[in-house]
Amino acid sequence: MASVTLDGIGHAYGRAGTEADYALKPLHHVWEQGRAYALLGPSGCGKTTLLNIISGLVIPSHGRLLFDGRDVTRLPTERRNIAQVFQFPVVYDTMTVAENLGFPLRNRGMDRRQAAARVGEIAAMLGLTPDLHRRARGLTADAKQKISLGRGLVRSDVAAVLFDEPLTVIDPALKWELRSKLKAVHRALDLLMIYVTHDQTEALTFADQVMVMNEGRVLQIGTPAELFEAPAHTFVGYFIGSPGMNLLPASVEGREAAVDRHRVPLGAAYPAMGGQRVQIGVRPEYATLSRTGGLPVQVQRIEDLGRRRLARVTLGTHPLVATVPPDLAVSGGEAFVRLDPASLHVFADDRRVPGLAA
Amino acid sequence: MNDKPISNRAWFLVVPVMVFVLFSSLIPMMTVVNYSVQDSMGQNSFFWNGSEWFRHLFDPTTDIGGRFSRALVRNLVFSGVVLLIEIPLGILVALCIPKRGWAVGAVLVSMTLPMLIPWNVVGTIWQVFARADIGLLGAALTGAGIPFNNTQDPLSAWSTIVVMDVWHWTSMVALLCYAGLKAIPDAFYQAARIDGAGRWSVFRNIELPKLRRVLIIAVLLRFMESFMIYTEPAVVTGGGPGEATSFLSLDLVKIALGQVDLGNAAALSLVYNLITLTLCWIFFTTMTQLDARGSA
Repeated sequence: MASVTLDGIGHAYGRAGTEADYALKPLHHVWEQGRAYALLGPSGCGKTTLLNIISGLVIPSHGRLLFDGRDVTRLPTERRNIAQVFQFPVVYDTMTVAENLGFPLRNRGMDRRQAAARVGEIAAMLGLTPDLHRRARGLTADAKQKISLGRGLVRSDVAAVLFDEPLTVIDPALKWELRSKLKAVHRALDLLMIYVTHDQTEALTFADQVMVMNEGRVLQIGTPAELFEAPAHTFVGYFIGSPGMNLLPASVEGREAAVDRHRVPLGAAYPAMGGQRVQIGVRPEYATLSRTGGLPVQVQRIEDLGRRRLARVTLGTHPLVATVPPDLAVSGGEAFVRLDPASLHVFADDRRVPGLAA
Repeated sequence: MNDKPISNRAWFLVVPVMVFVLFSSLIPMMTVVNYSVQDSMGQNSFFWNGSEWFRHLFDPTTDIGGRFSRALVRNLVFSGVVLLIEIPLGILVALCIPKRGWAVGAVLVSMTLPMLIPWNVVGTIWQVFARADIGLLGAALTGAGIPFNNTQDPLSAWSTIVVMDVWHWTSMVALLCYAGLKAIPDAFYQAARIDGAGRWSVFRNIELPKLRRVLIIAVLLRFMESFMIYTEPAVVTGGGPGEATSFLSLDLVKIALGQVDLGNAAALSLVYNLITLTLCWIFFTTMTQLDARGSA
């Protein structure tokens, strides 16, 4: 058990000349023992590279990696006490479930009886006890994923458990069950867990803290609520939430923004942002369609999601998504959108600008 | 509902294939069956001989029976030796082939070369190569004081043929295994590193189980081909010295074309064919059943 410190960790496959050469831009961060973190981002954003740096499959070209203050940057994988669960279930085909779980212990020369006891413990925790003496090969994908997780957990000295999109090949109906199993294991074992995914639901439900990444850069680290309510970057606003945040090019002066010729009141005053590209952002949840008052829009179509309805509208040439209140009957034509001033965010060159204290 | 008209005349479309198979396989095959139950005094007049040829064939005390049983043992030993060398060696070679870079292409192409050489040319190459007087291999061995002469010494003849077959066909096993190895996702190797597995353990627990299916194919192909070997020993040793390397196929050709003993040859070729089929069937069913049991 340990905390993991990223001390200026960065990686460039090949030669590192300009910043664009980095698959992972240098970053500083501390992951604390006993907590669950998620790395969230689209494919190719550098999250798997970061994970492989922690597990030792990739040696970073820059910076130091510390486990509990000990430099492990160049330590080989097998000596790092890391457990990793991969996208595709990895089991040893010819072995039984029990042999699979005991494999890391046998490789480290643990006493047979002690190992068997530990395997029994972990199998019980993961619900694998009935299958212990079956061959691992014939099991379902979710059972195999549990085995790969179990192989990591049997080692009592494990410093962190890493998950690399572990639910990709799992049947949707079983994803929820496996995810709650992961949560339960996390609570029971008090381990540092790092979970890589491109699925925001997985990240937000699994983790205490989510690290949103794009193009090799960490854009924001925060709780799910923080990412939702105060995205630090337009990408976070757009990537988190379904659908993502509405972004409109605007100019901002004091407590008021202007989108084309329309005036939009803001929740706070903002400093002058000369020369920067300014956008205002609002989540569809805080943009309400109405018959009177607000910004004049053209309704393109209404999407009925069952529990709520969304309106795809255009404000001039800018597309917007707004929530349709339950009592409002619209199908098209002209309408208005009210934006909640308290939930409006101002971004300058894609970075969120905090409002000035009133 | 399927509204397409049904016409049995469509069967006529099969006629060309049936005619072809009839001429290429069935009629020649039936001729052999005919010969196997008849005897001839020459002048193309045949008379019924019942199962006499087969009875001789299976009786080791007769001349033909003795030749047959000795050749059969030779074939089984040869296939066994060849499989025991080529399969492990092929796996080993496959493990050593680089996984990426320009060397992959170079290695694969150079490994394929022996397989592209016609059988009789392979035989000729090795016949010259192994000659004790002028062949590089034979002369070198003789020069080094190792008694080697594949025209007089059965052991020399056998080792020449075995080494030649290994040279000719190990790359096929290696290529099949290489394809199997390439199909193993990287995650397996990474997981093994995390689990602290050593090189042997990775081979034993990951690579070998994943190669199971290609190895079934490799064993089957190598068995069939080695069991039916003809051209290379015919060129290198001609079945000698004595009858030391007279495999079933060589003996068959001697009986049929050398002695024009059509009855014996026909009976032998039918039995030879059935043995090959049966052994392949046994190989295939046991190996696939082992495979199925492994996955249950």
